[in-house]
Amino acid sequence: MLNYLKLIVLGLIAIFAMVAANNARDVAYLVHAIIILLVSAGLFVWVLRNTDEPAPAPPPQNEYMDGVIRYGVIATAFWGVIGFIAGTFIAWQLAFPGLNFEWAQGYMNFGRLRPLHTSAVIFAFGGNALLATSFYVVQRTSAARLWGGNLAWYVFWGYQLVIVLAATGYVLGATHAKEYAEPEWYTDWLLTVVWVAYLAVFVGTLVKRKEPHIYVANWFYLSFILTVAMLHVFNNLAIPVSIWGSKSVQVFSGVQDAMTQWWYGHNAVGFFLTAGFLGMMYYFIPKQAERPVFSYKLSIIHFWALIFIYIWAGPHHLHYTALPDWASTLGMVFSVVLWMPSWGGMINGLMTLSGAWDKLRTDPVIRMMVISVGFYGMSTFEGPMMSIRAVNSLSHYTDWTIGHVHSGALGWNGMITFGALYYLVPKLWNRERLYSLSMVSWHFWLATIGIVFYAASMWVTGIMEGLMWREVDANGFLVNSFADTVAAKFPMYVVRATGGILYVAGGVIMCYNLWMTVRRAPAVEARAAAAHATPAE
Amino acid sequence: MEEYTFLRQLADSWGLVAMFVFFVGIIAWALRPGSRKTHEDTANIPFRHEDKPAPDDTDAPAQDEEARK
Repeated sequence: MLNYLKLIVLGLIAIFAMVAANNARDVAYLVHAIIILLVSAGLFVWVLRNTDEPAPAPPPQNEYMDGVIRYGVIATAFWGVIGFIAGTFIAWQLAFPGLNFEWAQGYMNFGRLRPLHTSAVIFAFGGNALLATSFYVVQRTSAARLWGGNLAWYVFWGYQLVIVLAATGYVLGATHAKEYAEPEWYTDWLLTVVWVAYLAVFVGTLVKRKEPHIYVANWFYLSFILTVAMLHVFNNLAIPVSIWGSKSVQVFSGVQDAMTQWWYGHNAVGFFLTAGFLGMMYYFIPKQAERPVFSYKLSIIHFWALIFIYIWAGPHHLHYTALPDWASTLGMVFSVVLWMPSWGGMINGLMTLSGAWDKLRTDPVIRMMVISVGFYGMSTFEGPMMSIRAVNSLSHYTDWTIGHVHSGALGWNGMITFGALYYLVPKLWNRERLYSLSMVSWHFWLATIGIVFYAASMWVTGIMEGLMWREVDANGFLVNSFADTVAAKFPMYVVRATGGILYVAGGVIMCYNLWMTVRRAPAVEARAAAAHATPAE
Repeated sequence: MEEYTFLRQLADSWGLVAMFVFFVGIIAWALRPGSRKTHEDTANIPFRHEDKPAPDDTDAPAQDEEARK
């Protein structure tokens, strides 16, 4: 019966997509209508072929639902490498503008590829990592199978569809022009539906948990899901110009729009890239170190202090603008106060290793997790410092900001995700261990050196640029033109792009290693069965 | 009173007090005497039920846990 309902809905969507493709006012909308048409028609056929078949056995409640997590892990690695390659390519475009090819103007120039890079790494790589790990962690720490049956699959595939629509939209020019919130209105609506389903799966699993308490990692994941829902809805309040076109107009305007955007933008960092990934930290570091978190009390205080303070920090993106002074001062003060819970969390993560520091020598996976927490500490010190108005007057609009973002994103988010992937793949595919630990070490060093190249060159070029912009001669005239600063930045741009290549290389090595782990590493049961015959390697 | 002015005044008076009291209350609750045992138990959750969910037929203590929720 449910299948008939699905068929009707899918059929209606497919017909609507056909009409939309016929009436499309712009290329992006046309391509998206065709994508929606193909997806819904494909699903229609798939559902049709399974209708009136004998119902499959209900999934066993005494097993975890790991299939969707395996897909999430694959998607994380895949989108990760795509996003890193896109980032490295645009870094070379900045160094050598000739790479903005004539034949690809309007599609693959820097302006089009830059949001593709940011969304690919944040929402495709980071988002899939959060989906996969949150589904893994909430099951293990609730001792219950995911709630909602196949709803988790809907969340996964719906999210991939959002990513595809967003990415193709950027290349074809459908954009809100809002940082990290570029997708146009219908993509936003689809994401809202998917996100509500995600919340339902997560909360449903928590509700049917068998443990009396909710483990701290789930608190972080839950705050991430809830806050992102709120941020996404408010920052994307827009009215479509036409139902047959991708263009929409923001409801807010002027400084209200700017404030909403940076309330969103900074909390995308605070709740997507920090709270969610702290959920990963609070599960995978204790598991890999094989000891419980250093202080559970501190983790509770860390959680509440972080979410109470982060939400106010956004106005520091708008110093010296039309925003009232009191608001930007508020943002600055909260940013500085935020340093404390951030470092509390860092200390909690690092001290979890106390008594097991020797693992740093022997286990490259935990080394990866530890350096990620180190980068977390570093960038959560740098961030509050840059939010101070006097510092910001030097750093704002310069490459220093880009360097700061990347030491957080590549160092903290990237490394903790790599650590989680190295932990998850053997568990999920039932392997005894990873294919190669020395490849993990190679990945570790390539990524770390890549980040050092990146951050160091951006500090130099950012501060240089800031100083050049404000340099005046004896008569009070500006000394440097903008083009002078661009020319002076060239060597640092080459160093930065080289760092990007190192980071991509590490990511490719990781994919090969994980692939070979699934293909070649000994399975857990096989070893148990053959234990008497062949000694373990 | 204008909506903006009202929200602005609420934010720096009762709203601020309410959030601050809530926050201090949480810290006091986390640090309350006698919470160590609960926290140790909770901190060890990741080391149980690694491969399989808890069995569905709830035995007596688990039912007790259900009742406490």
